[in-house]
Formats: sequence, C-alpha cells, structure tokens
Amino acid sequence: MSTRIQKDARPDSLLLNMGPSHPAMHGAVRIMLELDGERILNSEVEVGYLHRGFEKQCENRTFFNLLIYTDRLNYVSPLINNVGYVMTIEKMLGLDVPERAQYIRVLMSELSRISDHLTCLAAMAMECGAFTVFLYKMKAREFIWDVIEATTGARMTTSYIRIGGVRADLQSDYQASVQKAILETRKVLKDVHGLLDKNKIFLNRTRDIGSMTRDDAIAWGWTGPALRSTGIAYDIRKAFPYLVYDRLEFDIPTGERGDNYDRYMVRMKEMDQSLRIVEQCLAHLPKSSAALRAGGIEPADAIKISRTKKTRTDIRLSPNLEGAEKAVYKDILADDDRSVLPAKEDAYTTIEGLISHFQYFMKGHGIRPPKGETYFSVEGGNGEVGYYIVSKGSDKPYRLHLRAPCLPLLAALEELIKGRYVADVIPTFGSMNIILGELDR
Amino acid sequence: MEEKKILDDLKKKFPEKILESSAPFGDLTIVIPKAALLEIVDFLRKTPYEFKMLLDLTCVDHAGRTPRFEMVYHLLALTDRQRLRIKLSVAEDDLRVESLTPIWKNANWLEREVYDMFGIRFQGHPDLRRLFMYDGFEGHPLRKDYPLRKRQPMIPLRK
Amino acid sequence: MDAGFLTTKFNDMLGWARKFSLFHYPYVTACCGMEYMSTACAHFDIDRFGAGWTRFSPRQSDLLLVVGTISQKQAPVLKTVYDQMTEPKWVLAIGACAVSGGIYDNYAVVQGIDQIIPVDVYIPGCPPRPETILDGLLKLQEKIQKQEHDWRWKKRKS
Repeated sequence: MSTRIQKDARPDSLLLNMGPSHPAMHGAVRIMLELDGERILNSEVEVGYLHRGFEKQCENRTFFNLLIYTDRLNYVSPLINNVGYVMTIEKMLGLDVPERAQYIRVLMSELSRISDHLTCLAAMAMECGAFTVFLYKMKAREFIWDVIEATTGARMTTSYIRIGGVRADLQSDYQASVQKAILETRKVLKDVHGLLDKNKIFLNRTRDIGSMTRDDAIAWGWTGPALRSTGIAYDIRKAFPYLVYDRLEFDIPTGERGDNYDRYMVRMKEMDQSLRIVEQCLAHLPKSSAALRAGGIEPADAIKISRTKKTRTDIRLSPNLEGAEKAVYKDILADDDRSVLPAKEDAYTTIEGLISHFQYFMKGHGIRPPKGETYFSVEGGNGEVGYYIVSKGSDKPYRLHLRAPCLPLLAALEELIKGRYVADVIPTFGSMNIILGELDR
Repeated sequence: MEEKKILDDLKKKFPEKILESSAPFGDLTIVIPKAALLEIVDFLRKTPYEFKMLLDLTCVDHAGRTPRFEMVYHLLALTDRQRLRIKLSVAEDDLRVESLTPIWKNANWLEREVYDMFGIRFQGHPDLRRLFMYDGFEGHPLRKDYPLRKRQPMIPLRK
Repeated sequence: MDAGFLTTKFNDMLGWARKFSLFHYPYVTACCGMEYMSTACAHFDIDRFGAGWTRFSPRQSDLLLVVGTISQKQAPVLKTVYDQMTEPKWVLAIGACAVSGGIYDNYAVVQGIDQIIPVDVYIPGCPPRPETILDGLLKLQEKIQKQEHDWRWKKRKS
C-alpha cells in the first residue's frame, strides 16, 4: 500500500510503522513516522481499520432497531450515544419525556462519562508506565458498571435509553449501589491525584507536549475536554442545555496551555463535576409513582382470568421486565401510542395492546418521523456528539450521519507530534481519547 | 429574534444567492448554489456573526432526483452559541465542489471522507485520497446504488 | 510414532505445562476490548489461570485473542500477525463480531475470522461478560491438555 509518507520521505530517514495492532490499547490506528534518530520529521495517520459501515447499515434498519448500533459507537460511554440518537428522534417527533426519565438519563449519562474518562486516563497512564493507575481506575469502573448493570441489564452495550424515555425504572436498591460507586470513585481519584499530579516523570512526559493554541483548536474543530484544556469553556450542557442540565449545578473546568497535562487535569476535574451531578440527581429525582412494585398475580393466572373477565392490573412481570410495569410507565416513557411500546400487561392481556405492540415492530409501521432533517448534539466524553438524520417519512432513516468528536482530534495529531520524539506520541495520542468506534463509524 | 436576524441579514446581503432559508425543527438552514459557498462562508466568519467553527460536513445521496447529491455543512458560533446549516446541491455529472481546507483545517479529513463515501471531488484539496476504505476498493459505499453486502476482500478468504 | 506409556505421560505433561503458561497477544480492535480490559484487571483476574502475561509481540506469544470487529481493511494485518506467531499457537475469537461478523453484515466487515485464520475456541457475546471469556479460556485449556503435542526434533509433515 503506497502512502503519501513513503513517497515524500527523505532517502536517509527511517520509516517506522506504529501499526494497526499496537499495544497502546486504543484499537486500530496506523501511525507512520519518518524519523531521524528519535526525532519525528513527518508523520501520517491512517484510519479506517474499524470502519464497520455504521451509516449504511442504519439506512437498512428501522429507527427502533438501529438503537443497538448507536451503543457501539463510543463504546466506553454507550449511554451518551444512546441519549444523543434518541433525543434527535424525539426532536423530530416532538415528544415530551417525563421528568423522572430525564433525571435517569442524566444520571446514566454522567456515570458513562465518568467511566469514559476513567478508561481514557487509565490507558494513557498505563502507556506512560503507571500500571497501578490503570488497575485502580478499572476497579472504580467496575463499581459504576455494577450500577449500570443492575438497572439496564448489561454492563456496556445497554440500549437502555429508548425513544420516549428509558426502558425501565431504576432498581429498588439503586441508592446504595450508586453511593458505593461514588465513594469508590472518589477514593480512586484521590489516590490517582496523589500518584500522578506532581509526579516528575509524568510531568516530564506530558507538560508542554502536544500543545494546541486556542485559535488552532477552533480551526481544527475541537470540542469537549480537548478544547476546554486550551481555555475555551464551551460545553454543550451549558451552551445548549438539554434534559435537566439547566437545573443542576456544576462547573466547567478549563486548562491553560492545551497540552497533555492540561487534558489530563481537565478530565480529572470533570469527573469530580460529574460526581457532583450524580449526587444532585439522586437528591432531586422525582418520586416514583408506583407505591410498591412487589406483589401481584403470576402472568399465567392473569391470562387465565382474562379469558373470562376483565383483567387485573397488578400482574407480576418476569424478573427481566422488572421496572417496566404499567404502574411506573408514566414515569419512564412518554405518553404517545405510536412512538412507545405499550406496557407488557396490556400487550399480553388486551387486544389493543397486542395490536399496537405488533404494529410497533412491523416493517413499514412503527416510528415514522415526519419528512425533514434535523441535527442534535449532546456532550459526549470526547466532545460534541451530533446526529444528523434525514427522514423521508418512512420507518427507516434515509441518511444518518454521526458527527464524531474524535475525528478532528486525530486529524490534528500529525501537526502536534511534528518535531517531537517518538516517545511523545504515546501520551499525546492517549490524552486525546481516540475511540475508533466513533471515528471510523 | 437573534436567530431570524442572521437569516434576514443573509437575504439582504446576498439576495440572489440564498435560494431558500428556513428553520425546520428549530435549526437555521440556508440553501445556496454551489458557486457561492466560499463567499457566504467568508461573510459568516466575520463579526458580528463569528461562525468560527466548522462542526461537520457531509453529503446526502437523493437517488432519483436531479441534482443527485446534496452537501450539508454545519457551522457553529461559539460566542453567540448559534448553529447554522448550509446546503448546496451537486449534480451527478459535475461532482466538483470548492474545498474548505484553506479556511478550516478539519475540512481536510471530512472532505476525504465524503470523497471516499460518495465520490465528490473537492477543488483545492491538498491530498484527496480515501480515508476509510482501502486502496483497490472500487466504488463509493454510501451511494444508494452500492449494495449493502457487496464485499471486496483484500486477501483470499478461506471457506 | 509408537504411543507407549511414557510418551502419553510426556504428552500430558507438556499439555499441562502449556495450558497453564499461556502468553497472549490481545488483538484488540473494538468494544470487546473494554471487557478484555476488565478481564485482565483486578476484579476478574485472568492471571489466576496462568494467562496473565500480555506479550505485545506475536513472536513471543502463543495465544492470539482476537477481540472485536475485524474489518476488510484489517484482514491482511490479522493474517500477518497470525503468520508471524511461532508454533504452538492457538486462537480465541472473542465477541460476536470476531465469531461471525456480529450485527454488521455489510461491505466492510469480515463475517467471522475463521474466514482468515483457523480458530480454536469461539466465545459469543456482544460483548461477552468477563466470566464468559474466562470460561472460554478454560475450555481452551482443556483442549490443550487433550491435544497431541509435537515435541519431536523433526518437524511433523504438515
């Protein structure tokens, strides 16, 4: 494969290939370096090794069905991608999401954001040699994933946020597990601050390396923690507030020099702010309208009874449908028959429920946004995750485009490492948090 | 209102160049002819609008319609917190558009992606090559006439 | 080759030694990589099964963990890495995308890595839980124990 760098290289320089499978566990990016000893004269970044055809695949799936593909975009913070996609569709449909569902979405987004920053900094620190930091942060991440798993059923790719709300209400013992996750994360963050903040080796590897000026960052289209590390306080949660972020108090940490160390510090401080938001969500979560969810008759008995007379509503659902009982439905999902699945009690016992359940999934029916196009973005772990959807009135999107926040970050890498040493590539690349699921789509 | 003011100002300054301006679902959108792109972008970058950031540029393939392709640009004004969408049509027999790389640096990779997926050539782009697909891949995958499952393996596959 | 008592015992001993000292090469591409990281860390330790050392060089490893989606562009790279590994070598396909292409049935994804390299154990899941990955590793260890190992001086005719 001939590439530009091979054609332009000087005859006496060394071409080094940091190939698509390399230990800096960020996936599959190929960085080709033209070296003079250890100094980088020129470089070229090649992407596309994880191009999975997300946009074309989504044109062949219904709006509901393609939710699973959005999880796997930024796979370290999957719930944020879910929120972005779902809110774009809700913008087109004009749905009103109930307040409890909005708070739950914010809670899950912030937990995902913490998990994203933990993973990014853990990998960056490990590649600089601080293996302990990696193990500590993975430990904290497990507690967060326990919380997510108890409510959504899966640790990572959850598909939990649905059009119109969320799939199920929080578990009954969520307070205890969220408090534990917050406690453990705070402990880990304190330890990591102690290990890395004033560490001479870490400072030598990250201070004044990979610096970006403000104007250049805007010209490159940077958003998210990388832009904030240059000093510009642009955060979509404050600039274009969505969900309930305008009611929550949090700060936007910024850096000064836009180097690797500032990106590290901005992410660490953002995790503190996210923990603040999580605590506020726990305090302000509107009460669940179901008085108690236990009790009720078994489904088989309910079906038998419904054959002869009108059914009772307190039917105990199977364990993996807990949290989605009819009593809590108005807290977690919008009140719109065509965009939202009917409650399982209705679907199993009434004919109208069955028909609307069936029509939701039938090809040609189901969610059909009006003709037109829209763009909506949320603040992801890396920056502005935007969805641009063109709909022609059918049940499949005509065009779905993702605005990947890490594409401009990686595009700037060639400029940032020019003239530096080979060893500087690693923390620079690590601090940008390149998630290829998002970049390559 | 602030938002409508931008559309009105644009219509006043370029009366024949703004073919359409609307705000579907609250997003400000203007449709312009292909040749007016650089001029309007330059106007928007200056004060008081300050659309300093190019968020995204992409393309939509309206198969069966002439002109077939439509380029979509999203701009962002950080200080005013305002977004704007610019659309322009590209006919199938003249797949050339002015490149925005002299103005914004991230247009480099974004235009390479559009070239890779749709086949639109950007005039003035320093290095127009495929971004995601590999050398030797024939065709442009996101066009509507490229079948979803048409695989072109790079190495011979077993079984 | 005569299969006497001593040779079978030696074979068993080789199997025991090889299964508990696997050096793996994590070929991580996508989301399953996050579950791989969890498996390798303190909560679900992969080190207690002997497979803890991650060797980032194909020449020094004997277990190739293909974690995540393999796109058509990545396929020659995977084949090169597999060819560079020295015998004996085993391959674990982790995740639905490595096993069969997963949810991506389109122009860009290889529908299962067994179209490129031979696979020993397939671990399904999207992504598989760390316990599933460890279960797959245990199955591979059973397979290694029962396998006939090539310990002769002369190479086996392939």
